[in-house]
Amino acid sequence: MASISMKPGKNENTSPFYSADLRKIWVTGMVTMFTAIICVVYLLPFGNMALLSVKDSEQQVASATGSILPLSSYTFEYEGEEYDIYTVPLPQEDGSFVDTEMALVQTGRRVSQFVDVNNPEAGLVEWEGNWRGLEPVTYLDPKWSNFPDAWNGIEFPRVFRNTLYIAIVGMIGTIISSLLVGYAFARFPIPGKNIMFMILIGTIILPGQVTLIPTFAFFNWLTNSMESVLLAMGLPLTLREPLLAFIAWIPLTLPHFFSNAYNVFLFRQYFMTLPKELDEAAMIDGAGPLRILMQIIIPLSWPVIIAVGLFHFIFAWNDYFNPLIYLLNSPELNPISVAVQIFNFQYGARPELIQATSLMAMALPIAIFFVAQRIFMKGVILTGVDK
Amino acid sequence: MASGQVMELDASEEKQKNRRSGLHEQQRRWGWIFISPWIVGFTLFTAAPILISLYWTFTDYTLGSEDAVNFVGLTNWQRLFTDPLALQALKVTGTFAAIAIPIFLLVPLGMAALLNAENLWGKRVWRTLFYLPYMVPAVSGIFVWQAFLNGQSGWLNRMLRFFGIEDFLIWLSDAPFIGNYWNFEGLPNWLQNEQTIATAFLIMGFWGVGNAMLTMLASMQGVPKELYEAADVDGAGAWKKFRNITLPMISPVIFYNLVLVAIGMMRYFEVPYIVSRGTGAPNNAAYFYNIHFYKTAFTAFDMGYGAAQAWFIFILSMIITLALFATSARWVFYAGGD
Repeated sequence: MASISMKPGKNENTSPFYSADLRKIWVTGMVTMFTAIICVVYLLPFGNMALLSVKDSEQQVASATGSILPLSSYTFEYEGEEYDIYTVPLPQEDGSFVDTEMALVQTGRRVSQFVDVNNPEAGLVEWEGNWRGLEPVTYLDPKWSNFPDAWNGIEFPRVFRNTLYIAIVGMIGTIISSLLVGYAFARFPIPGKNIMFMILIGTIILPGQVTLIPTFAFFNWLTNSMESVLLAMGLPLTLREPLLAFIAWIPLTLPHFFSNAYNVFLFRQYFMTLPKELDEAAMIDGAGPLRILMQIIIPLSWPVIIAVGLFHFIFAWNDYFNPLIYLLNSPELNPISVAVQIFNFQYGARPELIQATSLMAMALPIAIFFVAQRIFMKGVILTGVDK
Repeated sequence: MASGQVMELDASEEKQKNRRSGLHEQQRRWGWIFISPWIVGFTLFTAAPILISLYWTFTDYTLGSEDAVNFVGLTNWQRLFTDPLALQALKVTGTFAAIAIPIFLLVPLGMAALLNAENLWGKRVWRTLFYLPYMVPAVSGIFVWQAFLNGQSGWLNRMLRFFGIEDFLIWLSDAPFIGNYWNFEGLPNWLQNEQTIATAFLIMGFWGVGNAMLTMLASMQGVPKELYEAADVDGAGAWKKFRNITLPMISPVIFYNLVLVAIGMMRYFEVPYIVSRGTGAPNNAAYFYNIHFYKTAFTAFDMGYGAAQAWFIFILSMIITLALFATSARWVFYAGGD
């Protein structure tokens, strides 16, 4: 890279300050600058969200035409009342103007009454001009209380518990089942294995709608009949409530105990990189397939197990459609995605709360991504590039 | 002595063979056990529902209704092609897909090419930051964009005003000649405006290209350096190298993403549903196919007609996937030879 050979006679620059390295640094700087600008524009909605989430309604009205920051006016107490302070260009005797910090006491269309903050004893001062054109004297005043409001509004602890249950039960299900199925595809001589693998991969591009309606009807029947059995049993309320929740969440958890194409693919690819000699050595020692799996394969597979677990956790956290249709009749069991949407439809007039809840819903997935980004990206690349 | 040894060897080989076939049997049995979760799941949650929903397309099954289920022949299918809302939904979805599919491939391709540039500092940081929005839950992302695209206070319009683009466009509509064709009365409220809502959805979709970008980037990094060095010797420029080396070498990943984006368009639901509050407003410009499907199946519980809509999208996706695979032979280049 360092040896960029100059072709003689072609754009040769003999200037003492010119060198290939210098030119390279310049190009690198330009490319990096360009990337940075694109990146900032790409991530700009985050900024909009962050600033809007710490404004109150008054600040939102003010920032529709003024600064984007959450500002508040300084106020001044005059004769027992609070008044906003503005910077007023006061005309002097010599015809010049001096900017003075003054509190607006009485507004008028052409003439307004002010009082000098530093000299209130002078009393009211008349100022000619439209006060709306004046700059208020402001300070940064983020309304952090929006976050507790949003937290209480969507009842975050309950919603978080619901989401966590759905995500973790499904995660356990998909790890166990996909691991077993991936192991089968990677290691065992099953007749028709290749065709089955093709079908498995084919399910990735299957539009979910075509299986949805009978599946929905099935789960509707299943949960309804389980519920009526449970209610007929006449259990005490403390026992009944968690069991009802367990039943209502079955459509969101049970399907994951039957493996998933992406995860099976990940496990299979990973197992195929493990040397077969390991299994064979154990087999000669008389170990059965289950023992080989538990004692040899799984201890070597933690990276892929963690990756699959994280993928599922993020999927479950973000999933909107399934809880939307399956939990329609029990809104108190909704996970965070649907809870945020319902809350925000109710509080459409409070954009700051909408942004605060959105921020709360994305915090955990983004934190997980930052902590585990290498595992994450490896998994994405493996499923995307190797197929 | 020697022959005895040979005989013994033969016998042990025989034994081993027996043991091997016994082992093979055992292996096969365990294979079936391990694969059974998928087989059960596939039968229960994929194969059976597909067939049942095909059957339901010919019935008037309504969930929760006491009436007997009647066989209605092709009524549901007829309805699908005459129902004005279904036709509107197909039009909206088809138009959007036609524009969105190329854009949702070109944008991640451009990002990947930029992040793969030889002269770029801090590649890993940029890669993380460009991937980041993909981690945002759809629901959060939609509300964040709704604020960003707000007509008054949203930062997009604020920026366009700040850089004088709004004034420029207004000035253009008063200009001679251009003004005859261009009428501009101020920046739109992107998500409330029939004309701009599709564009707004496209812009929002830029936050969903992370996976495509990452796979394309990884694939670009896997292109052998020698190919570029050979092209350097031939004096090829950057564009020529990209066009003639990078693109063919990463074409399998582009194809993979093309299939996923095309299928994704058939699943497109959350954004129009939440933005329009389930209505498809303004003036049904956001009335996507899946909103119609959702309303039919899960609001009216008209499972027969809903199943017909589902099966229609299933058939369509099969046709599109097959068509894509058929054309792939012409432009997808598998370096491995398979």
